[in-house]
Amino acid sequence: MMEGPVAELGPAAAEERRRPVRALHLAILAALLAAQFVASPFQRSLLARIMVLGAYAAGYNVLVGYTGLMSLGHAMFFAAGMYATGLLTYYAGAGAAAAFAAGLAAGVVVSIVVGVIALRTSGVAFLIVTLMFAQVFYLTALYFNRITGGDQGLILAGRLAPLRLGSLEVPFTDPAVRYNLALGVFAACFLLTLWLVRSPVGRVLIAVRENEERTRMLGYNTFAYKLVALVVSGGLSGMAGGGYTLLFSYLGASFASVLFSIYPLLWTLLGGAGTTIGPLVGTAVMTYLLDLASGVTDSYLIVVGVALVLIAIRFPAGIMGTIRARWARWLP
Amino acid sequence: MNIEGQFVLAVLEGLVSGLVLALTALGLSLVFGVMRIVNVAHGEFFMLGAVIAWYVSTASGSFALAVLAAPVLVGAIALSIERFVLRPIHYAPEATIVATIGLLYILEQLVLIVFGPSPRPVAPPFYFRVDFPWFGYSGYKLVVAGLAAALLAATWLIITRTRLGLYMRATQQDREMAQAFGVPVHRIYAAAFSLGAVLAAVAGALVVPVRQAYYLMGLDALLLSFMVVIIGGLGDLRGTLAASLLIGLTDGVVSIFFSPTLARIVASLLVVLVLIARPGGLSGETTQ
Repeated sequence: MMEGPVAELGPAAAEERRRPVRALHLAILAALLAAQFVASPFQRSLLARIMVLGAYAAGYNVLVGYTGLMSLGHAMFFAAGMYATGLLTYYAGAGAAAAFAAGLAAGVVVSIVVGVIALRTSGVAFLIVTLMFAQVFYLTALYFNRITGGDQGLILAGRLAPLRLGSLEVPFTDPAVRYNLALGVFAACFLLTLWLVRSPVGRVLIAVRENEERTRMLGYNTFAYKLVALVVSGGLSGMAGGGYTLLFSYLGASFASVLFSIYPLLWTLLGGAGTTIGPLVGTAVMTYLLDLASGVTDSYLIVVGVALVLIAIRFPAGIMGTIRARWARWLP
Repeated sequence: MNIEGQFVLAVLEGLVSGLVLALTALGLSLVFGVMRIVNVAHGEFFMLGAVIAWYVSTASGSFALAVLAAPVLVGAIALSIERFVLRPIHYAPEATIVATIGLLYILEQLVLIVFGPSPRPVAPPFYFRVDFPWFGYSGYKLVVAGLAAALLAATWLIITRTRLGLYMRATQQDREMAQAFGVPVHRIYAAAFSLGAVLAAVAGALVVPVRQAYYLMGLDALLLSFMVVIIGGLGDLRGTLAASLLIGLTDGVVSIFFSPTLARIVASLLVVLVLIARPGGLSGETTQ
């Protein structure tokens, strides 16, 4: 890419510049690892939720932040992972690892199917098609409510074999297990997106975001690159959905609703679209804000509305995007 | 009731809801066409129309006054949104989507605070039955369908026969050229945005006696309007009407014979199919 100091420096200097990036990302993960020893039980549970949802936001960011495709249907990828993992556990008694893998696979499969069709459109039409697909998914989950539990959902507690650590058996709902598995899911998404956006493929994705026409003229098959971005994005979202079901022992159609497609958009934009750290920051800020607001009023979703309007009018770069523009040009 | 009767009922229900939907969707299509923006908060104008109609008719006892007051108030709200939210972001497509999603939640949650979470009915202004061989049908619903059709015709006249309509069509075709010829583009944007909101608000007010006023009713109106705009084509009145009736009838027939959820799945898939067959139909108009 043409922009950014990394491209202007020679390879050795560029490598030098990468070091704080890698160190910063590892430091964030280390801080999250350490946080469990100081956080209260309530904070720890909230942080575990933030990390799983942050993984979902990181997946979303690959598409909206780095490829420039705005989707309003990501809840279907998250929910696909959730239903694959949850239903296999609930009805087939699948083990956690197999169920989790199925969640990831479901996110990938659904995003391939949706991508092949939806990527024929672009811009506003892409947004509406993804919204419609997600709506089909949501309504289908409601339609088969005898199996899926519909809006009420299903509770997995008791159906999931506990995690075996040597001779020790610990349930997934154990706070320490939950926290560290959430951290694992998040770390996987976090490091994968970091690696992806700095790889040659990621550079092409950014080129598609900046100018798709020109990228095509340069000889890149932009459709294939966009499909890759969507599948990575959908796969990570499905993985986060599967992780969420295992860790919180619940699945429900509300996770496939429009609101759950809007959340990752909000988290990503608030934290900074097109930054690797932004999705986590946005998810954390918004989760804490909503937690505070829901203690005050039943109409706490007004916070979501105000945040989105303010982002659009005053704060389009988001938190990390602003930090990058002002102080740290080297942030990926 | 035999299957014939059920079918006639389904068609009748489909026609009524299709005409109301056409009114709402035409508002979205107009804004889409003239301003090149997607107003995700469009369904909330429908909801506000219904809620304001409930307040006015409960306070004054006059439903006719409610049907007049709702669009006026919602039009004023839309004007201030256009001025203080959309104009500052220069109608940029993605920023507008983000902002109008935000407005969706702001309006919805404000209504939740003020109006409360439970749906509230308004008695129809009059009650008479139209007798069919199989069943008696609400006369009010037929009047609603007639009014919706009349308003669609009026909007068509505004678009094709007035100076305002001419300016709107000019702006839709080529904004810069229109501006060069002295069309006050900013005022046309404001007019189109509030006219779109007015159409949704009238539709919302008209259906209150049938469906009740409810703070979450906007999302459904929005999703259905999206479907209509995609299937019917952008800024195309006849297409909007045809697509609304198609979706209304599909919805009516599948709902009565199968289930409302299945009806919605079928309609959503219909939209996906249209976009597969005609991928550039929408994006060609809006993104280039």
